[in-house]
Order: sequence, then structure tokens, then C-alpha cells
Amino acid sequence: MRVLAPILALVSAACAAIVIAQAAPAAEKPDPAADAKAFRNYFVTKFPGVKLEDFVNGPYSMNEDMRKQWREKEEFPPYDFALDAGREMFATPFRNGRTYADCFENGGIGVRQNFPYFDVKQGEVVTLELALNRCREANGEAPLSYVKDDMAALTAYMAFTSRGKPFDIRIPDDPRALAAYENGKRYFYTRRGQLNFSCAGCHVQSPGQRLRAEILAPALGILNAMPIYRSEWAGMGTISRRFITCNSQTRAVPEQAQSEDYRDLEYFLSYVSNGLPISGPGARP
Amino acid sequence: MTRAAMMRIALIATLVVAAAPSARAASESDFNAAYAAAEAAEKEAGSLRNQWITTEAALSAAKKAAAKGDFDAATASARDAEALAKASIFQATSEKDRWKDAEIH
Repeated sequence: MRVLAPILALVSAACAAIVIAQAAPAAEKPDPAADAKAFRNYFVTKFPGVKLEDFVNGPYSMNEDMRKQWREKEEFPPYDFALDAGREMFATPFRNGRTYADCFENGGIGVRQNFPYFDVKQGEVVTLELALNRCREANGEAPLSYVKDDMAALTAYMAFTSRGKPFDIRIPDDPRALAAYENGKRYFYTRRGQLNFSCAGCHVQSPGQRLRAEILAPALGILNAMPIYRSEWAGMGTISRRFITCNSQTRAVPEQAQSEDYRDLEYFLSYVSNGLPISGPGARP
Repeated sequence: MTRAAMMRIALIATLVVAAAPSARAASESDFNAAYAAAEAAEKEAGSLRNQWITTEAALSAAKKAAAKGDFDAATASARDAEALAKASIFQATSEKDRWKDAEIH
């Protein structure tokens, strides 16, 4: 009996461990590829009449009247001035003689679809806007405002050189990259502000619906047209500006441009739009 | 004293007691206490990265009114700010896991 007692204790402990292991729900492992597939399926099913690549045209893919107006607008696009300014800025050397092209792969031409990416050395998401300012700082220049004007012009030009190229956002095999993606997803679905809206509340649950005079854009492909000329802004705006404005509209205090949350959000939104073509710079009402 | 008279006195007394706090003008110390409570709640909302523009506006209005010596308005705005900040804390706390319900699967 003395010998049996410890054995019985061990067996019962093992049984208990098995029961606990079965009872405790396994923590769901993030699966970005499955997320992206579900994300795309949701929109394709919700809007069977919209071609997949047309989602990048935001509200124009949802409303025929707006599409007609947009086509007319595209004959003399309102972002053309910014595009020209961006092209010139991009080619103008810094005071040290180097240029933006020296900071990017392929001289910065046709690379927009690869941003944002996860920098495994720094352990953070790097957006195109952040990379441009880091390029400036590395070359002794002051950083630009993240929200409009010069930054919008530069990103407009870089987006233009990538038009038609599909988003190709990678999540490296690094738990920090997965955590950044998950944080972006959390931010996207979390309600905030006094009006209790999430990004998803407008751009997943209500695309195609009116919010006052606006037609809400679908979240699928929503960043492909960035930066944009917005008539409401009477000027160009970057992704940073778009996020800040969205937060303000829900009466939430926005985060700083290029905050970790905003960069992670951009990472998530870009990843789930993988395969859809870059269409920026764009024009929106 | 009749039962009706006693009821009337009791009712008047109740009304007087209920009206007493609003009848008294707010003092600077009332404002300071209300503002400190609002600021603490807003700080907590900030730690949750979930402050509201309306809370900030109410805090600012409270300060402006206090600077003018209008402690009634200042205290009222500070109390509004505290209520808004507490609502934003509730939102952040309840959304901590609830966002997953909205996720596309």
C-alpha cells in the first residue's frame, strides 16, 4: 500500500492535468493569412457587383453617381499639383548632395506597395512616411509634417510610380511582427470616442452607406489610394491625416501622427489588402 | 398638529435639503476639488489611450470659467469632464476584449 500510494497520487495528478488541459481553451494563435482571406471574402460577398480590384476606389466603387463625377474629375486630377511637387522634391538633392532615392530600394521607384514593412532590426513597423522622414534626418534635414503638404506630395509621387502594383505586405517570422499586426487589428475593431465608433463600425459594417453627405468607403483597399486630395480638406492628406481625422470625427483625442498604434493599424489594413493594386494618389470628396 | 400639516412640513424640509447644494454658490475650493477629480479621471483615460475631445473641452471650459471667477460654471464644467472621463474609462475597459466580437472570421 505504501508503494501504491505515490503511484496513485501521480496517476491522479496526471489525470487532473489532462482534464485541466482539455477544459482550458487553447489561446487562439493569430493567423494573418486566414484573416486576410476572411476579410476579402466578407467584402466580395457583401458587394457581389463590385470587382475585386475596384474596392481600391473607395466610395466610387459603391455609388454610380459618385463614380461618374470622379471620372470627370480625373480628367484634371486635383492631386496633379502635389504629384508634380513631389516629383521635383524627390529629385532635388539634400544639402549633402544625396537624394531620397539613396534611401530606398530601386531608387524609391515602384516600391510603395512594400510599405509598411516590419523592421526586424528595430522591432517596429516602418511606414513610407516614417521612412521618408528618417531618410531626411539621416541626411541632416529637418523632418516634414506627417499630415499634408510636402509629405503628401512625396508619397503621392512614390505611390504614382507604383500604380497598378499589388500590395505585397509581409509579416516576417518574428513574434514582434505578429504582435504589431495583432495590435493593428485590435485598434481597427476597438470602439473609441464619445460617439463610440470603431474604424470597422464605418468601414466594415457600413460601407456604401451615407454618413451625412459622405459615402463610406470599404476597408478593403482603403489605403491603396493614399495619399488623397480631399475636397473637404481643400488639399492633400496622408494616411496619418486620415487616421487623425477619423479619430477626431468620433470625438476621440487622436494619437500623434506615426504613433505605434497608427503604424500597426496601417500594417494590418495594408496586409489584409494584399494583392489589390496601388491606385494612389487618389481624389475623394 | 394634523397629519396633513406634518406631511407638508416634511415635504418642505425635504425640498429645502434637496435644494441646498444647488442654492449655494460654488466656491473656489469646490472647483479645485471637482477639477482635481476630473483631471485624475482624464489621466486614467490617458493611460488607457482613450481620451475624448469633449472631456478635454470641458476641462478647458472649467479652467476658463475659474479664471474669470465664475466658480459655478467652472465646477459644473469640471463635473461634466469627470463624468465624460469616467465614461471613456468604461469604454476602454469594456472594449478590452469586446472588440473581438466585431472581428471578421
